[in-house]
Amino acid sequence: MTMGQTITVTVNGTVHTAEVEHRTLLVHFLREQLNMTGTHIGCDTSTCGCCTVHLDGDAVLSCSTLAVQCDGREVRTVEGLQAADGSLHPIQQAFHENHGLQCGFCTPGMMMAALGIIEQQPNATDDEIRAALEGNLCRCTGYQNIVASIRAAADQMARS
Amino acid sequence: MIPSTLAYTKASSIDEAVAAVAAGAVPLSGGQSLMPMMRLRLAAPEAIVDLGGIPELVGICEDENEIAVGAMTIHREVAASELIRAHAGLVADAAAGIGSPQVRNRGTIGGSLGHADPHSDMPATLIAAGASVLVRGPNGERRILVEDLITTYLTTTLEPGEIITQVRIPKGDDHSAYAKFHRRAIDWTIVGVAICIGDDGVRAAATGVADRPVRLSAFEEVLNGGGSLDDAIARIAEGVEPHAGLDGSVEYKKHLLGVLARQAHAEASSR
Ligand SMILES: Cc1cc2nc3c(=O)[nH]c(=O)nc-3n(C[C@H](O)[C@H](O)[C@H](O)COP(=O)(O)OP(=O)(O)OC[C@H]3O[C@@H](n4cnc5c(N)ncnc54)[C@H](O)[C@@H]3O)c2cc1C
Ligand code: FES
Ligand code: FES
Repeated sequence: MTMGQTITVTVNGTVHTAEVEHRTLLVHFLREQLNMTGTHIGCDTSTCGCCTVHLDGDAVLSCSTLAVQCDGREVRTVEGLQAADGSLHPIQQAFHENHGLQCGFCTPGMMMAALGIIEQQPNATDDEIRAALEGNLCRCTGYQNIVASIRAAADQMARS
Repeated sequence: MIPSTLAYTKASSIDEAVAAVAAGAVPLSGGQSLMPMMRLRLAAPEAIVDLGGIPELVGICEDENEIAVGAMTIHREVAASELIRAHAGLVADAAAGIGSPQVRNRGTIGGSLGHADPHSDMPATLIAAGASVLVRGPNGERRILVEDLITTYLTTTLEPGEIITQVRIPKGDDHSAYAKFHRRAIDWTIVGVAICIGDDGVRAAATGVADRPVRLSAFEEVLNGGGSLDDAIARIAEGVEPHAGLDGSVEYKKHLLGVLARQAHAEASSR
């Protein structure tokens, strides 16, 4: 029985064709095979949200998805937020301006979760933002400035 | 990396999936329980078959008497379904309360039932709603009441080779609610009570008070015999066997049953 296969995945607009073991999780494929270490691993139980990426436009946990399940699909990671000219995405800019991070470990997952929240509920209240962040743990900030950052980013994205 | 080696196939039809499961592969739906279990080495299947490539397993539709929910329908879609909300609001509410948006974007109704975790919210709400599942196996299709599906921790009455293909929820006026208690946002439910008040009486079921989701028969009996809610709550823990654990003592869980039944009953009556 084969234990691996060739997959083709579009990551942040770039098509990658690679040989993966069947047991390779998406997060390990991104970090170890594509050397895209923006996506973090914070737990073994699918509870911290650090590994959040978008799969065909939906926020998902890359630690709970196999790389083979992404064959033929589109993945967007934190590295794919900034524009081609290197300017920051409104979410990155808002985290920067509102001090939405301290150590930064949770930040890639927070920003990708934020993107999902803003896309699903562009007019989310602060309470709704807090509720939708239930799957993303931060050990530093106390969440206050993360919510402020997402609020600011949502407002900015609604204007542009 | 998942610790042990693994062979993966993706089925493109139910027949293909059934053949793979009959040959020993474990079905993979949303992976929101199976992947963490594999990473923690609590599960180590040699082969898995992905149900994610079978279009007929996805979606929600209705016939005259029932709502049909494909097994691969994700929690987000169940939570957002006007049809489910109109006939079994408690099922939509339970789906909306599962895990986080990321979990609800992948986790499925069929996976929740197949996983058979006694702290999972879907089974008790579906039992209270009187739902059944359609399953397909090497010998064809059969129907099982959700109430008869789960026997103990992570164990179902599915025969080797069988997979859940559809959940069937009876239609009717919605007077239903699910009340649950958990400590923090995405923590699993400690105890939950699901109540449906229908034309044929009250049906109630609970999460987290036994090795499987259970019908609250004594509670139902009092209410369906014309007794008061207080009298029903006084007998609610009859026949249930909560386990003491880090999430609470037996007395605490029995107490929660009463508190949550009162909440769920008030909400169901007001719908
Ligand atoms: C952080 C986190 C929090 C969560 N919180 C909650 C919560 O509060 N309440 C709650 O109810 N759930 C919760 N869950 C679990 C979630 O609901 C899962 O989606 C669900 O338990 C499993 O569904 P799945 O589609 O992901 O199944 P999978 O993980 O793919 O499969 C789970 C099991 O079911 C079997 N299976 C899958 N599909 C079928 C099928 N069609 N027929 C037969 N067997 C099948 C698999 O072989 C496996 O053994 C949580 C999960 C996470 C990661
Ligand atoms: S690494 Fe913690 S949820 Fe994925
Ligand atoms: S900034 Fe340190 S964990 Fe969130």
